[in-house]
Amino acid sequence: MKHLLSIDDLSTDEILQLFETAADMHDVQSREVKKLPALRGRTVVNMFFEDSTRTRSSFEIAGKWLSADVINVSAKGSSTSKGESLRDTVLTVCAMGVDGLVIRHPASGAAVQVSQWVDAAVVNAGDGMHEHPTQALLDAYTLQRHLGSLEGRHVAIIGDLTHSRVFRSNVQCLTRLGARVTVVAPPTLMPSGIGAWSAAAGFETSYDIDAVLPEADAVMMLRVQRERMSGAFFPSAREYTVGYGLTRNRLSLLKPDVPICHPGPMNRGLEIAADAADAAQSVVLEQVSGGLAIRMAVLYHLLAGDTWGGIA
Amino acid sequence: MPAPEETVTDPASGRADRTVLDARDISRALTRIAHELLERNKGATDLVLLGLHTRGVPLARRIAEKITAVEGTPVAVGELDVTMYRDDLRSQPTRRAHKTALPPGGIDGKIVVLVDDVLFSGRTIRAALDALADLGRPGAVRLAVLVDRGHRELPIRADHVGKNLPSALAERVSVRLAEVDGTDEVTIS
Repeated sequence: MKHLLSIDDLSTDEILQLFETAADMHDVQSREVKKLPALRGRTVVNMFFEDSTRTRSSFEIAGKWLSADVINVSAKGSSTSKGESLRDTVLTVCAMGVDGLVIRHPASGAAVQVSQWVDAAVVNAGDGMHEHPTQALLDAYTLQRHLGSLEGRHVAIIGDLTHSRVFRSNVQCLTRLGARVTVVAPPTLMPSGIGAWSAAAGFETSYDIDAVLPEADAVMMLRVQRERMSGAFFPSAREYTVGYGLTRNRLSLLKPDVPICHPGPMNRGLEIAADAADAAQSVVLEQVSGGLAIRMAVLYHLLAGDTWGGIA
Repeated sequence: MPAPEETVTDPASGRADRTVLDARDISRALTRIAHELLERNKGATDLVLLGLHTRGVPLARRIAEKITAVEGTPVAVGELDVTMYRDDLRSQPTRRAHKTALPPGGIDGKIVVLVDDVLFSGRTIRAALDALADLGRPGAVRLAVLVDRGHRELPIRADHVGKNLPSALAERVSVRLAEVDGTDEVTIS
């Protein structure tokens, strides 16, 4: 495999192999010298055409800790703001001898398109409402560390499903690893055609958060993506919180020690109450440190050897 | 009297495997290394055995057990993975990394003994020295190997050797250990 564009690009074995490598990378975070020489002499460019704090800095630190040369290009301040096309921008950057391209773009399918234009390894760091594979990997990795194995465990994904690339990648990743997934959203934020998809992919749908929470072994809250909403998807923020927010009262519905995930950034008081975000079982910050380990593992597997996946 | 060396032909490759160390030979070699370490170090104080993945790890544990049996005090044992530090990463398929685990006291100021099964080109040990530099600052680093087969490509030598095994470059030295392979033996083919 040359690129990581979708969870579909990975076999189950490759996902587990990434987790093993990530566990090793995780140990590096506690070292005094947080540096491995694996990508010495490689150049990675983070091209972010959409705002991001954690994903961009996570990829940047991951590349640097593996000793790659890392530069960041954002839409603001680059020639795209002068009207340069995505293709020209990408080809220009890659003409400088880039080995890896980490791309985030508001258009679904942008990463796949870019991978067809360049020789560099392309990592999809979020493309529109389509996929965010490294987020799904880090979520599954974090949950696996908490739950032991995901086989047969019940994961509830709750929130704005329609606009969520995290949900699309997560459903693929979690079901691949044997988890039972139930997605919960108000009818207006349930993607159209999800009935056929859920039947084919083997996950469940529900409109009733209070019925799902007591059964869950892990809860994954999704951000309400108001920036992507062109119409009214719910009457008011208050009504959304009452219907679908992980409130203080709903925390008591959960089995003890059920990990609570959120990909961030969190709308505190909207989809997740501060009590839940800061609860002892909240793994939001573990997701961030696990994300760094996963991104180190992804860059390592894509860029260190001459091919992915051989085990020597 | 040493046991006669046994030759078995591998039906797949047609190559003859000659056993150069059997289980008892391996045990004796590790006992000797354990005693040499104690003598050189004047006891087990500040000693840390770091096994190199894969077969160096069980070898380090076995040497530690033997030292403990003699001294009566436990010896710190850890695991060291050098995958990320190899100089041939780029020319091979991506290698899977293994775990690096240091004993609770760390390695700063300690006498670290790297333990591996076969010493060949010396490149693994070079990578291990780089890895150690990222993990801390040992007081001294020593190298113990079960087999030294020669053909060094770097100025590296072992302090403690179970068996010196002169070999041709084309020959293959295989170490099998019960913990990994279900049996204890060293063969050359």
